[in-house]
Amino acid sequence: MNTLRVGWLYFRIGVLNELQYRVNFFVQLLQALIQVGTGLVMLSLVYSHTTELNGWQESELLTLLGVQILLGGFIHTFIQPNMELLMQDVQQGTLDYALTKPEDSQVLVSVRQVRIWQVVEVISGVILLFIGLSGVQGSIGPLDALAFVFALGIGAVLVYCFWLILTTGAFWVVRMEHVLELFEGIYQTGRWPVGVYPGWLRYSVTFLVPVAFAVTVPAEALTSRLHWPTLLLALGFAALLFAFTRWFWRFGLRHYSGASA
Amino acid sequence: MSAQTAPLTEEGRFRSLFDFYTTMVRTAIAAQLQYRVAQYFYMLGMIAEPVIYLVVWSTIARQHGGAVNGITAGQFAAYYIVWTLVRNMNIVFGAPFWEWRIREGRLAGDLLRPLNILHYDLAFFAGWKFVVVGLWIPIAIGLSAVFHPDLHPSALEIVVFIVAIWGAYFVRTMFQATIGMLNFWTTRGAAIFDLYMATEMLLSGRLVPLRLMPGWVQTLADFLPFKWTFGFPIESLVANMSTRSLLLGLGAQVMWTAIGYVLFRFAWRAAIKRFSAVGA
Repeated sequence: MNTLRVGWLYFRIGVLNELQYRVNFFVQLLQALIQVGTGLVMLSLVYSHTTELNGWQESELLTLLGVQILLGGFIHTFIQPNMELLMQDVQQGTLDYALTKPEDSQVLVSVRQVRIWQVVEVISGVILLFIGLSGVQGSIGPLDALAFVFALGIGAVLVYCFWLILTTGAFWVVRMEHVLELFEGIYQTGRWPVGVYPGWLRYSVTFLVPVAFAVTVPAEALTSRLHWPTLLLALGFAALLFAFTRWFWRFGLRHYSGASA
Repeated sequence: MSAQTAPLTEEGRFRSLFDFYTTMVRTAIAAQLQYRVAQYFYMLGMIAEPVIYLVVWSTIARQHGGAVNGITAGQFAAYYIVWTLVRNMNIVFGAPFWEWRIREGRLAGDLLRPLNILHYDLAFFAGWKFVVVGLWIPIAIGLSAVFHPDLHPSALEIVVFIVAIWGAYFVRTMFQATIGMLNFWTTRGAAIFDLYMATEMLLSGRLVPLRLMPGWVQTLADFLPFKWTFGFPIESLVANMSTRSLLLGLGAQVMWTAIGYVLFRFAWRAAIKRFSAVGA
């Protein structure tokens, strides 16, 4: 309960802070338009040379792109800013200010920042998703919609865990700023159904870096491809990864002696 | 004695500039070699992009009897693996970083140095290339083992390629620096830089070989600098270009470097007039 209260408080402060910079909304809007535009160009290029990619039609891939951008927007709003701040704190020795607070340290480092204007990306993802869905044959029942929301939630947890595990690495490898590029690069694999990748890469982006679970599984729910065992597997994997992340964070903290100590 | 206080002769100026470049290159190599793990993080993130394109296009090629527009899976592999080297060569002091340079007050100090700031950037990133290319070789071997590129360059093509990747480096440096001058007018250039990058992505051959683009896009690309930084260097090695078009390509790189340099000088003069040091 206390965790939620702290999270909510930081969220409110973050929003108030961001609301001071209103022009950023328009900058973000332009950036989202460019991102969506390039994605659409790539899709239309691919489908000007073929009618289906590994069994996925153009409108189905548009749905997938929508999910990828939507989840990306969520990551850029809530997860990435916190992880960047954490890396910076380790590098500059200011993490002690968070660690000496009485609240759980993992909660604190995960909720301290929010970049509210990135929500534009979430919205553009949702719009793409609906445009894609309008072209998909077959109707989507309430159960499918529910499975989608559920799978997306699991996806968000998976990405959070992966990011925190990576960032915890900063306790050992101090210079971590390139991790951002690493994640952004790998996250782009989510734009295509995981089935197109060769075996080794498919397993890497499923279990090593859970992009496939995070993006492909929700999109499968919307395009009547999802099997219930997959969803259960995703849930089990998320629970396991969350427990591991928690352990790894504490393990990292024990190794951390602070920059000033 | 007036002879001792006279400015350096032309020959002496070149020699000291040469000394400056070799020293900067050596310093950059020594500095960047320390951060090998960080470099690999960066590179692994970077190779995700071409691997995705490669997988998508070779899937389509296989679905359509082995080729898309005459390009086979093996040729796609060659294109995108060479892409990774060209992309590494294309890393320059990017336009968005000028904002950081101004905001952190670094520019004020840089302006006190005797040479134009562009020399420092050119020399530093040129040195970094040696480290990057060294670290890239194992990645290239790994990618080749997995994707089986179809690559048979002639000796001339290899020579042109080696020159062309440096040409690409110069062209991209000039244009990124010119666009970077926008930071003297606004602190919210991010959207414009994104637009520039997206244009480059589509018109340079970075996203797909330009041959897969509609005809009008290819014509448009002929009149812009972008394809000389990606498409041309890659194709000089992987496509069987005629000697004439190889040499013309190098000429085009020289021309775009010169145009970019003139644009930069022009923008720099206007920009520096607006600059007031942070903290002043």
